[in-house]
This record gives sequence, C-alpha cells and structure tokens, in this order.
Amino acid sequence: MSVLPTRGRAVRALAALVVAGLTLAGCGSRVGDSGASGSPANSCVDTSGSTVKVGFLNSLSGTMAISEKTVRDSLALAAEQINASGGVLGKKLQVVSEDGASEPTIFAEKATKLISSDCVAAVFGGWTSSSRKAMLPVFEGANSLLFYPVQYEGLEASPNIFYTGATTNQQIVPALDYLKQKGVKSLFLVGSDYVFPRTANKEIKAYAKANGIEVKGEEYAPLGYTDFATIVNKVKSAGAGAVFNTLNGDSNVAFFKEYRNAGLTPTAMPVVSVSIAEEEINGIGLDNVLGQLTAWNYYQTIDSPKNAAFVQAFKAKYGQSRVTSDPMEAAYTSLFLWKAIVEKAKSFKTADVRAAAGGVSYDAPEGTVTVNGENHHIAKTALIGKVGADSLIHTEWSSGAPVEPDPFLKNYDWAKGLTG
Amino acid sequence: MQALFSQLVAGLSLGSVLLLAALGLALTFGQMGVINMAHGEFMMAGAYTAFVAQGLIADAGTSLLLAIPLGFLVGGVMGVVLEATLIRRMYHRPLDTLLVTWGVSLILQQAARDIFGAPNVEVRAPSWLSGSVNIGVTHVPAARLFILVLAVAAVVGLSLLLKMTALGRRIRGVVQNRDLAETVGISTRSTDRLTFFIGSGLAGIAGVALTLLGSTGPTLGTSYIVDAFLVVVAGGIGQIKGAVIAAFGLGLLQATFEYSTTASVAKVMVFVVVVVFLQIRPQGIFSVRTRSLA
Repeated sequence: MSVLPTRGRAVRALAALVVAGLTLAGCGSRVGDSGASGSPANSCVDTSGSTVKVGFLNSLSGTMAISEKTVRDSLALAAEQINASGGVLGKKLQVVSEDGASEPTIFAEKATKLISSDCVAAVFGGWTSSSRKAMLPVFEGANSLLFYPVQYEGLEASPNIFYTGATTNQQIVPALDYLKQKGVKSLFLVGSDYVFPRTANKEIKAYAKANGIEVKGEEYAPLGYTDFATIVNKVKSAGAGAVFNTLNGDSNVAFFKEYRNAGLTPTAMPVVSVSIAEEEINGIGLDNVLGQLTAWNYYQTIDSPKNAAFVQAFKAKYGQSRVTSDPMEAAYTSLFLWKAIVEKAKSFKTADVRAAAGGVSYDAPEGTVTVNGENHHIAKTALIGKVGADSLIHTEWSSGAPVEPDPFLKNYDWAKGLTG
Repeated sequence: MQALFSQLVAGLSLGSVLLLAALGLALTFGQMGVINMAHGEFMMAGAYTAFVAQGLIADAGTSLLLAIPLGFLVGGVMGVVLEATLIRRMYHRPLDTLLVTWGVSLILQQAARDIFGAPNVEVRAPSWLSGSVNIGVTHVPAARLFILVLAVAAVVGLSLLLKMTALGRRIRGVVQNRDLAETVGISTRSTDRLTFFIGSGLAGIAGVALTLLGSTGPTLGTSYIVDAFLVVVAGGIGQIKGAVIAAFGLGLLQATFEYSTTASVAKVMVFVVVVVFLQIRPQGIFSVRTRSLA
C-alpha cells in the first residue's frame, strides 16, 4: 500500500471528523440528561466541624477559560479574606474546585458532584447562559444554592440561584437610556449568534420602537467568528448613530480591528459593548477600542475606599499587571453576600438562606448592593464607561442610585409581550 | 455599486486568509496524506511568535516583518518534532493520526495558556498597516491588502519550490509514487520530514498574518482548522492550484452569501455548496493523475 492520498482517504478523513464530532456531542448530551434528572436528595452538608465546604465551578480549560479564570481568581481572594477574618459563622471555608471545561454538560455534571458527593453548602460560578441553564435543574432538583456572577439576558429567576451580575434593566436599558439622552436616533445591532445577544436584541428593539429610535440593521456572527469584513461593510453603509455590540469573546477582537481599519471612529459612530471589560482591552488592542463605550456596574477606576482595598488586595495576590473587572467584582461580592446572608440566617441550610436573603446588603467595591428577596437578583448601580488611554474604563455616566433588579422587565411598558 | 466592490474585496480578502491557513495543510494533508489536527496550533505558535517578537523589538513594523521568517521556523520546527516523534509511526493509519494530533492540539493549547496566560495578548499593528488604502471605488483595510500580498507571495514561493528545485521534484516524486521514488534512490524519510517542515512553517506564517485581523490567544488555531481542511478537500488533494482556487472561491461565496443573508446562514450555505460539489466531483477541483494502485 502506498501513502498516496486518494479519494478514499479524503472521504475517510472527513467521515472520521464527522464521527468524532458526533461522538462528542452524543457523550455530552447523555451526561447532561443524567445530571439534570438528579432526584431531590436530602442535603448532606456537614456543618458539625470547624470548616464548611463551598464549591467553585468555573471553566479553567476550553474557550471560556480566558474569562472564567479571572472570576476564579477573585473568588479565591474572597475566600482567603473571609477565612483570614474568622470564616462564616465561625467556620473556615474549605474550597472544592472544579473545572467546567467550557461545556454546559460538564457544568451540570460537576455541579451534581459538588452537591451530592462533596456536600458543599453553596456553589459559586458559571459564566455563559448555557452553563447556567444546564446547572439550573441540578440545583433545583437537589435544592442547593448557586451564586452566578455574570451579567445575563434576564427573564429568569430560580429560587436556587442568586444572580449577582446585572440583569438587563441594570445594564442594557441604562445603556439605551444613555444613548437616547445623547441624542442617538438610530442603532445597528451586532451580536454573537446565541441566546444572550438574541434575547438582548429583542429587548433593545422593543425599547427602540417605543422610544422612536430606528434599528438600521441586526447582524449575528457565529461564536468565535473571525472575519468581520462583511458585517462591518453593512454597518458602514447603514450609517447608524451608534452600534450596540453583544459579541462575545474573541470575536470582539476581530470586530474592533476591522471597525477601526474601515475608518469608523468612536466619535462618528460609537460602539456600546456589554461584554468588554478591563481584562479584554489589552487583547483587543487599546488603539482599536480607545474611546468606545461599555455598560457595566463596576470599573476598576471606581473611586471608593472599598474598591481601592479590593484592587490593591487583588494586585498584591496576583501581580501588579492584573486588572479587576465587573464579573470578577460580582464574583467577589457573591461570596461576601452569601456570608452575610448565612450570618443573618444563622444557618447554612438552603431554606434558611433563602428566607433570610431579602434585604441583605453588602458594601461592595461597586457600591452598596442589596439582595431582592423575590427574584434573587441584586440592586446595583448602572455605569456607562469609556475606554481611556490608560487601558482602563472610566465612568461617563451613572444611574446615581442602585437600580432595583427587574429580570422580567415587568415595570417597563415597552417590554410587554417579550418572552425568553 | 460601492457595496459590490466592498464585498468583492471582502471576499478576496477572506479567500487570502483561507489560503494562507490552508496552504501548509495542502502540503501535509494534500501531498502527504497526514491528517494533522494540530496544524491550527502551529498557526497559534506563529501568532505568539509575532507577540514575542514585538516584546523584543519595540517597532511594530520591524518586529512583524521579522516575525514572518521566525514564525515559519517556529511552526516548521514544531512540525518536524511532531512528525519525528508521533506521525512517523502511523503513516498508514489516518484515523489514529487524527486522534493523536487532536490530542497534541489540546496539549499545545493548554501549554499556550500556561506560558502566555489565558487572556488574549495584543499584537500591535504597525502604523502603515492600520487604516485603509483608497483604490478608487472603495477603501481596502491595509492589513487585508498586506495579507493578500503575503498569501500570493507564499503561493508563488511554494510553487517555485515545488517546480524548480531538486527538493520540489523529490517531494512531487514521493507524492506521485512513493515506491518508485524509493527505488530510484530518493530518501522518502527525509523528504517527508522536509515536506512537513515546510507545511508546518507555512502555518506559522499564517499565524503571524492573522494577528493583524483577529485575536491572539490559545484557541486561535481552532477557528481556522475546519475551514482549512474544507479548502484542501474542495480544492482537490495533492494540488496547490486547487487550494488557491478553492480558497478564493469559498471566500467570495462566503462574502456574497453573508451580504445577502447572515454570517451564520452563509457559513451553512458554503458547507452545503461544498458538500454538493464533492458529490458531483469527489476528487475536488483538481486531482493528481497517477498509475499507482493505491
């Protein structure tokens, strides 16, 4: 036999690729199903000793590792600080770490493991909405607790999840209010093709319709898409007043490079992004995002003693070149919020924690946050920021006071009839 | 009209990116029949070479130009190491090669994460490559023009090597009939190794170029590997000109579909076109005629 490439070889190669893909997909869904159908078990959380276990579940490998590792770092810092000051209810935290590997099914599987075999009192982590949606039935089934630290598309409120990132009315709606206030008359929507951007854009379009803003175009790129020539061409020829960007991950780099190379500037057509934080700026290249806008609830530049202490502690632990971002701060805050709730409840039990959660406040680096007992989100101050020459984001506009979370946008007339 | 030209440019540019990504694969997969899933990670290595070069030489232009030959070397050496340690042992087992090189690609990604950190790193574009060039009817981003030129240069260079040099003749000889090549005294082992060096080196160059357009991170290669295989299979195995035509064809198709529909739909449509095309012409656009009995 010769190694000559033949038609048969090429076809076999392609077949092998397809089979490999299908096999992986197959394994994945099987794991997820078994995780999701976990029957309600009696809690095995052991609080008799001098320690209590908590689980950290973030992607340390795979495509989301880039973002989720930063969250893991700030969770580790929070645990260290809590232990240094005596723990929770006098018990030191014993952290059980797991890698979600950027796969929703693995998140579900590891969550099951943390709850039923490690017997943790609460789990902190998750990033993508698909990872959260995969874990939701696990936590509801086992009646355990998840603290989820990332802004998301709203339209969800599980009794077993605490959402410490922003929901839409604390991030996207304020960003639209800001643009409207600045006199923007038309928008172009660019997003990654998955649940968050599509849901967010539904809300943006409803808002635009009610506020006389024209939506000149709506484009989605597959996750990880790297060639934005065509989409930027469409943006350019549409000539909108601003671009609302819900792209996720690496696509932002390609998008902003293309945007700048096509001669579009933040003064002529600003881009408002909801997934670009301090951590991403260097990867995109400062020149490419200088002067562009972001919508978050926390920036490293926030001027408060609490934030100064957080930033300093983080840099001391992980290096001076590191930056802090909104999801990192929300994760850090989530651990302290859990501590505050547990101490109010004087119990680690899910039912007690849930009953005590409403109204619990914590003086976080972003400012004071308060848990809403009804929907388990937290009241946060909305901030629009501008990327500065120091590679940090500076507050341009603030909602002034914490915005009450409204994940189902019940208090907004234009949002009637929206569904997830 | 202007939109039409902009899209034509976008398509050609996408084609040149695909071509750069696929050219090395056209050698290692196309000519040698090795399914190397770690090819994308050689691109990643090239991209990180550009990043490291920029750390050593402050001037973005000089470091980029220097990174091109360096990226070629880095990719090539990684390729030779992979060939000499693993692939050599499984030349007649394509499925094993696929799995093993896929494993290698995962290891390389994690290695990059450990060495350079999980976040993307920034490779600054030199000032003469940011902004756009006016070509009368439309503006072309300078970085895209540069990649187009680089892709063409790489194709010309590779064709000259294959056609004009003794090494090129040896490579073609081994591809067309390995047994016969061996009987006339060609060392197929060293030819294989050299072919793999050049193919992997081209991936390194592609990586350097891609820093101008996209992100430089551990998963850079995974974004391009499937498209690169697609180009080689559609172009016809064992032919450089097939890869060239397929790359520009697919680039233009993607840009056209994307303009009239959406990016996701366009991607699906391009796949459908390639699948239908391979039904009609399973050997791809071109194929090597051979008398061997394989």
